[in-house]
Amino acid sequence: MIAFDAFRDGETARRLAAAIAAEAQPGRSYAFMEFCGGHTHAICRYAIAEMLPANLRMVHGPGCPVCVLPVGRVDAAIAIAERTGVTLCSFGDVLRIPGSHRRSLLSAKAAGADVRVVYSPLDALALAQALPDRQVVFFAVGFETTTPPTAAVLARARHLGIGNFSVFCNHVLTPPAIAAVLGEAADRPVLDGILGPAHVAAVTGADAFAGFARDARMPVVIAGFEPLDLLQAILMLVRQANSGAARVEIQFSRGVTAAGNRAAQALTAEVFEPRAHFAWRGLGQLAESGLRPRPGFAAWNAETRFEIGDPPPEPRTACRCAEILRGLAQPADCPLFGSACTPESPHGACMVSSEGACAAEWSYGRGRRRIWKELR
Amino acid sequence: MTSPLPLGPAIDWETGRIELAHGSGGRAMAQLVDELFVAAFDNPLLARRDDQAQFAVAAGRMAMTTDSYVISPLFFPGGDIGSLAVHGTVNDLAMAGAEPLYLSAGFILEEGLPLDVLRRVVASMAAASRAAGVPIVTGDTKVVERGKGDGIFINTAGIGRIPPGVAIGGDRARPGDAILVNGTIGDHGLAILSQREGLGFATALKSDSAALHRLVARMLAAVPEIACLRDPTRGGLATTLNELAAQSGVGMLLHEAAIPIRPEVRTACDLLGLDPLYAANEGKLVAICPSARADRLLATMRADPLGGDAAIVGRVIEDPDRLVTIETGFGGRRTVDWLAGVQLPRIC
Repeated sequence: MIAFDAFRDGETARRLAAAIAAEAQPGRSYAFMEFCGGHTHAICRYAIAEMLPANLRMVHGPGCPVCVLPVGRVDAAIAIAERTGVTLCSFGDVLRIPGSHRRSLLSAKAAGADVRVVYSPLDALALAQALPDRQVVFFAVGFETTTPPTAAVLARARHLGIGNFSVFCNHVLTPPAIAAVLGEAADRPVLDGILGPAHVAAVTGADAFAGFARDARMPVVIAGFEPLDLLQAILMLVRQANSGAARVEIQFSRGVTAAGNRAAQALTAEVFEPRAHFAWRGLGQLAESGLRPRPGFAAWNAETRFEIGDPPPEPRTACRCAEILRGLAQPADCPLFGSACTPESPHGACMVSSEGACAAEWSYGRGRRRIWKELR
Repeated sequence: MTSPLPLGPAIDWETGRIELAHGSGGRAMAQLVDELFVAAFDNPLLARRDDQAQFAVAAGRMAMTTDSYVISPLFFPGGDIGSLAVHGTVNDLAMAGAEPLYLSAGFILEEGLPLDVLRRVVASMAAASRAAGVPIVTGDTKVVERGKGDGIFINTAGIGRIPPGVAIGGDRARPGDAILVNGTIGDHGLAILSQREGLGFATALKSDSAALHRLVARMLAAVPEIACLRDPTRGGLATTLNELAAQSGVGMLLHEAAIPIRPEVRTACDLLGLDPLYAANEGKLVAICPSARADRLLATMRADPLGGDAAIVGRVIEDPDRLVTIETGFGGRRTVDWLAGVQLPRIC
């Protein structure tokens, strides 16, 4: 049994919210970006934003692995899945991401492709061993948190010499995405601090975020995912902003160290190398932002095996995912939000995962303000 | 009971398997029906072996329902597809306040299904039917080729009699009414998930699968003014409340802290990125009644073996947008939406 309840205590939450309200200076405003989709989900799920003072705003960031996957990579996965003799596996949410023409892996499955949900890359490898006559492909998606398990499976596949298994690698890195949001573009969002992702930092170490504090003069607090974690981290950001400080602090001290998980880092470095560029939905081509298997793992690299090239540029649509992912627009600003684009029928990727800003706002926030008014 | 048919070779219940002949209408099928279904379900209406059951009905209103069961795995902690096929259909009748009278059972069996598995499922179904006091009086068996089914699919239909004066419907919730549940939610959904291939996690959690008609009868005897009853099966409590809100043209406000959830269900949901409000139940009901009668209804439910953890979880409010909202443990409010697609674990 894990004692989550200790991190959801209402009385402590109210005390933290009162402290935030007391310390937030009335003469200024605060905009903090939660980078991670897990934070976006928790902020909406626990209605954290409603507990914050009016001059403190949380801005949703690009840290949802499903949301940032470009259409071209989804199309490539669908094309692999449609090949004769291929069984393609991935995590549940990934199957719903819309590619071109609103096709998804789920619709490919309905049309006859062998597409399966797995809960771990190890399950995909086990499937390859159970189905020796089929080519089993694991469609790998995610940030630094999900990369070490994929690395472990690739190392195991090579060790065991399993020839009918490969990985379509779409692992991406957090720091280049944060750098892109904070970058030089004239339209970058005005931010007063960043809520850093604890799960990523547990692997990379908090030091991976030091550059943003130092170079961009941006307060960073590495936060956990429970409501009290979030409120405490927001209070820490308010204090840094008030004092003019810009450093990396660890709120999630029960899991994150400065150096991170060295074993996971070593395994990742042994199996993967950075790509020169990787295309992100919304953020475009970012240098050294994605990983691919090293040449020694080419036999288990689906891009080599199935000759997958670089995806074409993103098509332009009315969907405003790109601006939402950069913190420049709120989901409700998008003309498709809640009409042409809903969780049942997502147009943009931000509406797919429950960690996507649009899905979280729609599922947990729809009509909330009006209902609130009536009840008070 | 003796069979009127000439006997074929004895059925090998230990190692035998379903063959296409078991659904062909010939002697093998008749033997299976006789030795398995008629013997297990054991009631005079079925024993007549007609193509239909014949019975007298009283004057008044009847309720009729049908449901198909395709669950995987066939056996799970706390039940199996057979008991579920009885409980689910009995409950659909009970949610109209009806006294369930008779069930039908249609089996779609996959070629190659071990007869021992079928025998265990039918025995469980017969036991559930006897315990509920609702006989299975007619049935059908079909066999599909290997690979075209998933072992066993079962359809059950049921009819029941609605006592005079009972008026229950999804459109009858009114602002101010109280919303009650008869116990912990999400038990069935998480018990099934714990058994799924690739997701096996050790848990003592059991499905809550149960027939609720006797509980409903006690509730209606105590509080005849009950406006809505519904069993939150697929889609869970959240989806059921959204259905009722839409039908009645009202909103609902829940109190998160009041919703009974087992700690192990909550923990498993946290780990898998699921929300217990959307997890399936098979022995739970939602009841909506005037607030002045809520305490009496709650006491009645708690006095029943299937309502020991009953709770008042919220109230019906006016809302032209028909939203279900929830007050979180520390005072924030959020919307509880319909379930979108299939509830899948989040990836990180």
